[in-house]
Amino acid sequence: MSVFADALVAAGQLLLTADASLGDITLLSLRVSATATLIAALLGLPLGAWVALTGSRLRLPTLVVLNASMGLPPVVVGLVVYLLLSRSGVMGPLGWLFTPAGMVMAQTILITPIIAALARQTIDDAHLSLRDWFNSLGLSATQRVATLLFEARFSLAVVLLAGFGRAIAEVGAVMIVGGNISGSTRVMTTTIALETSKGDLPLALALGALLVALVLIINGAAQWLKSWLEQQRG
Amino acid sequence: MADDVLLRLGQVSVVAGGKSLLSNINLEIQGGESVVVLGANGAGKTTLLKLFNGLVTPTRGTVQAPPASDQALIFQRPPYLARSVMDNVRFVLAMRGVVEPARTEQARAALVACDLGAIESRHAPLLSGGELQRLALARAWACRPKLLLADEPTSNLAPSATREVERLIQSVQAQGTTLLVTTHNVAQAKRLAHRILFLADGQIVEDRPAADFFASPQSAAARNYLEGESL
Repeated sequence: MSVFADALVAAGQLLLTADASLGDITLLSLRVSATATLIAALLGLPLGAWVALTGSRLRLPTLVVLNASMGLPPVVVGLVVYLLLSRSGVMGPLGWLFTPAGMVMAQTILITPIIAALARQTIDDAHLSLRDWFNSLGLSATQRVATLLFEARFSLAVVLLAGFGRAIAEVGAVMIVGGNISGSTRVMTTTIALETSKGDLPLALALGALLVALVLIINGAAQWLKSWLEQQRG
Repeated sequence: MADDVLLRLGQVSVVAGGKSLLSNINLEIQGGESVVVLGANGAGKTTLLKLFNGLVTPTRGTVQAPPASDQALIFQRPPYLARSVMDNVRFVLAMRGVVEPARTEQARAALVACDLGAIESRHAPLLSGGELQRLALARAWACRPKLLLADEPTSNLAPSATREVERLIQSVQAQGTTLLVTTHNVAQAKRLAHRILFLADGQIVEDRPAADFFASPQSAAARNYLEGESL
């Protein structure tokens, strides 16, 4: 317990005297995960809406694949993306291996199914009470999707936060695809893994505390924004 | 007069889950009529109403009705968007291609007509049952539909709210809109209807002018219903 307490004190001191590299690592983590969340939202929200509303025979197989993909092992995704981006891979010419772009790609693959599956459930629930009305109005599929996405916007914001949380906390895929290169692809989780393996527990703990604090701040801000908007509309 | 027929069912039957909901229905309703559908629970009233709106597809027979854009359907429990009262009305107008500033002008006029002008900025989920039903009527009013379908529109309302909703339905009908209402409220049927359709076991048992129907119901099922035995 004293080892943990000592590490915690040292972590506090490190955070108070944070150097530029700590800031760079944090900013890169945020940039990579936010970009992955944005791309996954652009892919996952329409996909979730389609699965929720379609009468196609592909609905059930897609739903099964989406739900199963929520549990994709990050290291497997990292390995597949690594092979795709490696020099002999089909996406090798892009030159994304060991770059933040490759890390964004890996995280996007990881969280798109999560966002799509949760969005599908959210939109399904919203549609349940509105389906007959929308049918009676003769709404097109596009009008229906746009309306439901707007109606469920607060719940979908939580879905995006879940996706972001999964992305920023992920270590296996970005370690393989990014390579944990100092000053280039080193993010908070890969640094924590590296420093722990080196025995530098205070730095690992400091980064861990910062990571948890960031996730708390972002979720808290989103909750505050939601409450504020609800107050504004009476 | 065939040109004035707005709604027509030709030998329509509806079967769902192995159960016959409507059986061999033939019906014509002229534009501008005010028709109330009466019948016990499970008689097929709501199914009949939803046929015209496309929410129910006939198993057999033909349905003639105006397109969805010329109809408004009032539900027993009115659905609404989690937006302001004004935005709920503006939504249906937007879906029908009405652009600004006409969209807001039409929405505001409809809200004023339905006594909701003072609460146009209120969040719809905060409305009472009577206010929600008036909001549904305001949405219908704003679109000036050829056909207003109302499925037991006052079944959850207090008497004062019921009369207010009836007044609004009559106002919409007075603008030339054809009215088709289902209800269990016999007094309401007397106030709203020019013509009564009485359904029993998925068939139209009586189709007569309202005054004649209430003065001398021809079928035992209708007599029992009016005496409260089928309720």
